Amino acid sequence: MAALSRPTLPPPTERFTLLGWLQKNLFNSWYNALLSVLTVVFIYWIIRGLLVWATSVAEWQVVAANLRLFLVGQYPVDELWRVWICLYVLAFISGASYGLWSRGVGAFGIALLAGPLFLSALPFTLNLRLLMIGIAVTGFFGWLLAMRLPALFRTPVTWSWVLYMVFVILMVRGFTPAGGFLPVVPSNLWGGLLLTFLLTVIGIVFSFPIGVALALGRRSNLPIMRYSSIAFIELVRGVPLITVLFMAQLMLPLFLPAGVTIDRVLRAMVGITLFSAAYLAENVRGGLQSIPKGQEEAALALGLNGFQRMALIILPQALRAIIPILVGQFIALFKDTTLVAIVGLFDLLGIAKTVLAQPEFIGRQAEVLAFVSLLYFMFSYVISYISRRIEVAQGVGER
Amino acid sequence: MSETSETGSEQPIIIAKDVHKWYGHFHALKGINMQVHKGEVIVIFGPSGSGKSTFIRTINRLEEHQRGQIIVDGIELTHDVRNIEKIRMETGMVFQQFNLFPHLTVMQNITLAPIWVRKWKKQKAEELAMQLLERVGIPEQAGKFPGQLSGGQQQRVAIARALAMQPKIMLFDEPTSALDPEMIKEVLDVMIELARSGMTMLVVTHEMGFARAVANRMFFFDDGQLVESGTPQEIFKSPKEDRTKLFLSQILTH
Repeated sequence: MAALSRPTLPPPTERFTLLGWLQKNLFNSWYNALLSVLTVVFIYWIIRGLLVWATSVAEWQVVAANLRLFLVGQYPVDELWRVWICLYVLAFISGASYGLWSRGVGAFGIALLAGPLFLSALPFTLNLRLLMIGIAVTGFFGWLLAMRLPALFRTPVTWSWVLYMVFVILMVRGFTPAGGFLPVVPSNLWGGLLLTFLLTVIGIVFSFPIGVALALGRRSNLPIMRYSSIAFIELVRGVPLITVLFMAQLMLPLFLPAGVTIDRVLRAMVGITLFSAAYLAENVRGGLQSIPKGQEEAALALGLNGFQRMALIILPQALRAIIPILVGQFIALFKDTTLVAIVGLFDLLGIAKTVLAQPEFIGRQAEVLAFVSLLYFMFSYVISYISRRIEVAQGVGER
Repeated sequence: MSETSETGSEQPIIIAKDVHKWYGHFHALKGINMQVHKGEVIVIFGPSGSGKSTFIRTINRLEEHQRGQIIVDGIELTHDVRNIEKIRMETGMVFQQFNLFPHLTVMQNITLAPIWVRKWKKQKAEELAMQLLERVGIPEQAGKFPGQLSGGQQQRVAIARALAMQPKIMLFDEPTSALDPEMIKEVLDVMIELARSGMTMLVVTHEMGFARAVANRMFFFDDGQLVESGTPQEIFKSPKEDRTKLFLSQILTH
């Protein structure tokens, strides 16, 4: 019986030594050692090449001189303050959200702050650099205030995210005639990163309810609902996005009453939204199928009606289950918006093409594409980082 | 079939007349007749596939019966959605797999239906929920999510969730079959307390100890039929049907 009274031992801990770590992780056999050495040499070769090119060969004037084009396209200079206000509001609610929902400071918060500060250190005009610093300061204040007064900020910040898109559209587009407080800026002047963002966010915001509705329609007991949902989903999923965009440009006007014209950007938005909705519908359907039948039965037994069962029990669980897939889809959508360059809109990539056509910057493709790629990567990475945080935060009640 | 209820003068709270149910060509219920009076505790037992779960699920229309009549608390179950909703408000159900809502806390699980179906104020619903959690012995778990609880605790939350609608009838579909042995007792204790408080209960279970302790009558199902019914005394001491004897000998000898 002596064995029973044996004291519980803590697990053995490994002492960390650099040599030990190296041997265990990089050189634990001759072929792993070979692989490690080759990989390190390869990475060094790539990085060195990139750095040498970026610092001594590349001529970044093409980016610096056209920065405004890249960011906002032909948007009138006099009205640019509207975009800045959108950015400042975004900085504030991002900072506040970070203060509310993230514990501690964390590397990501510092990166958010350091981004605009870093940009302000680059050789732009003084005005631009001051505005950049302003963004960092605004974000910091949002963070500080929300940290101090979380109870006061929680509801307004949640709502401001919901309303932010409406606000941005109103600000960017304007709604008064020329000479008014916010004169209308026609959408053919929107361009660059601004247009890419608007296409993406509009696509996400509108395809979400449509996609959920299509997914529910596909599971409906009513044959007309079910078959029309299936027809739409399969039709759209069966054609490439570029076709949908061309169709939206060429065909959408045919369905409108004579005399009504809608502009090209709106047509592209409709095309992207419908395309994204069809894919989203299939993802949501997968989420719905992953919910055990018992959940529906328990909700039925409690007397919840059909709408309550869907809205309170099934959908919240289904959507949470597919957060990673949804984010992946949204990142893909963000990158797919580059296709509008082909139907003649000047999104980030479309602007890049026009910049490359400027006579003084002939042959600067590498710089321009590197810059554009960097922008796409940065934003995609931020989105996927935020989604991982949401997943962790939402994982609390996981079965 | 003889009625052995002590409240025989009253209208039965559940009446089933010649209830049939098919799954495709499979005849799952072959003409079930029974009456249950207010305050009775009924234990339904029988081999797997005998239709006992299917039957109690027809009482709150989780399964639809295709022939015969079911009348619950004076309301007949038909295709009329309003009748179905009324009956579901009066009957609580506890499932084998608990079926708690994993994305909601224990408190939210319990208050959901009172708030959305009975249209109670949140505060009133939460007060009742705390009382119920105390009754099932886990008031300290109110803020946790179901995934953080043991199986026995989850099932007790599920009982509290069903009771929160203040039902007249409680249906239990093998409530202890998915539990580890050491947790069965804590759930049965709650059910025994509930039975002694006068709740009308239909319990599908193989826990014969529970049946002996609180059941007023026992129904033996086999092959979609109600083979035999009687008090626990009659069923255990002198079962009339051979099938009942055989089944009891199989589950009581180990």
